[in-house]
Amino acid sequence: MGESQVNTETKAYEPKIAAFLCNWCSYAGADLAGVGRFQYPATIRTIRVPCSGRINPLYILKAMANGADGVLVSGCHPGDCHYMSGNYVARRKFALIDSLLKHVGLEEGRVNFSWVSAAEGVRFAEVVKGVTGRVAALGPNNGVFKVEDGGGTNE
Amino acid sequence: MSSIIEDIRATARQLLTDGKVDVVIGYEKGSLPLKATPCFVRSPQDADKLIWDETCENNLAAFSALTQGKKAIIAKGCDSRALVVLLQENQLVRDDLYIIGVSCNGILDEKKVVAETGEILSASIADGKISVKGMSADKEFSFAELKDASCQTCRYPNPVLEDIHIGGLVEAPQQATAFADVTEMENKTSAEREAYFKEQMNKCIRCYACRNACPLCYCKECFVDCNSPKWLTGGVDSAENLFFQAGRVLHLAGRCVECGACSRACPQGVDIRALNRKMSKDVFTMYHHESGISVDGSPALNEYSADDPEAFLVKE
Repeated sequence: MGESQVNTETKAYEPKIAAFLCNWCSYAGADLAGVGRFQYPATIRTIRVPCSGRINPLYILKAMANGADGVLVSGCHPGDCHYMSGNYVARRKFALIDSLLKHVGLEEGRVNFSWVSAAEGVRFAEVVKGVTGRVAALGPNNGVFKVEDGGGTNE
Repeated sequence: MSSIIEDIRATARQLLTDGKVDVVIGYEKGSLPLKATPCFVRSPQDADKLIWDETCENNLAAFSALTQGKKAIIAKGCDSRALVVLLQENQLVRDDLYIIGVSCNGILDEKKVVAETGEILSASIADGKISVKGMSADKEFSFAELKDASCQTCRYPNPVLEDIHIGGLVEAPQQATAFADVTEMENKTSAEREAYFKEQMNKCIRCYACRNACPLCYCKECFVDCNSPKWLTGGVDSAENLFFQAGRVLHLAGRCVECGACSRACPQGVDIRALNRKMSKDVFTMYHHESGISVDGSPALNEYSADDPEAFLVKE
C-alpha cells in the first residue's frame, strides 16, 4: 500500500480500506451496487471470503499491521447465512474483536462491521460512503497496530 | 497444611501402587526459594517428593494433554476449570484422567517479594507469614499482601471437577464489584488506555512464556510460528507485540479460566491479565458465560443465540 493516497484532482486524502466481504451476500451486494451504477468512493480493496464465519480475527489485525487505514467486515444478515449459522458464530467473535480493539486504544471507526444482503446494492454504497468518511476523518493509520516495516511480512 | 501434603502423597502412592494411573502430575520443591516446580511421579516411592503450598503456581492442566497414558493430576480451582475446557474441546479423555482436587487460598506472587527484597536468597513459610532473606533486604510478609492478582479476584477456589478431594473447602470470596479492575480501565480515556497498553507492549520481548504456561494454548502450530501466512516478523516491535497479545487473547476469548499463569510466567511483568480480564468481562456481560464450569457446556464462541447483542455494527 505504498502509492500516494492524495487524490490528484481534489487534493483530498483517500484512505485505503480492506473490505472482507462474504461470498453469498455482501460480495453480491457490492456486485449489485456496481451493476446498478450506484456510486461509492473507490477506497475499498475487496477480499472475498466464503462466509463471515471464515474471518479470522488475525485478518483484521494483519490488515492494520500492513498499513490499511480502515477495515470493513461484512456478511449476510443474521438468519440468512448460506451455511445456516456462520454469521451467528461470527457475530460473537466480531463483538469481542470490536470491544478489545477499542479497549487497547484503537480509534472508533477504524474497524467497521455490517450486514449487507445481496439485494442491498444501494445500502452497500451507503455503508462504504459512511466508512470512508469516518476513516478519512481519522486520517492515515498510525494506530497501535501499524508495523513500520509491515510490508516486510508480505509473502 | 502438612496433613494435606500427607494425604496427597498417600493418594498418589495408592494410585500408582494399584496401577490406576501411570503418572501423577503434581508439584515438588523447586531449586529456587519460593518456587515449586511441576513434578511427574511414576513410581510409588517417588510420591514423597510431592508438596502443596502457596508456591504451587503452575497450572498443571498445561501438561495434562501432553502427558501420555493414564494420569492423575493435582488441581486447584483454576486448574480444574482449565481441565474442564480441555475436556469440552476433546483434548483429554475423561477416563484417562484422575483429578485430585485441592482447595486453594491463593498463591503468592513472587515478583512482589523481589520488588522489596531483591533476589530471594532464602525464604520460609509458616502460619501465613512468609519470611524472606533477600539480596538487598530481609522482610517478613503476610500472605495477604503477596497474594497473586488473579487469586484476589478468584471465584472458584474449590475444584469444579474432581475424583477425590483433599483437605477442606475454601469459602468462595464474594467480591464487592465483579470486574472492578476492568471497569476502572474502561473508565479511562481512549488515549490513556492506548498509552497504558503501549507501555506494557514495549516491555514484551515475545519470549512466548505466556503461551507456553497457558493450559489452553495448545495449538500444534501457534500463529506466531506460522510461515505461510507469515503473521509476524521475527523482530520485536510494540505494534507487533500488541498483535501477538491481542491475537492470543482473542483465541482465548470465552475459554480463558483466569488462572493468571501467563502473567506469572512473564519475565517482563507485562500486564497480560488486563486483556484477558476484559475479554472475560465482555463474554460474561454479553453472553452470560463463564468458561470451564461444567463439562456439559461448551466455550462461549462455539455457541450462539439469535438475539446476541450487535451494538458493534455500523450505523448506516
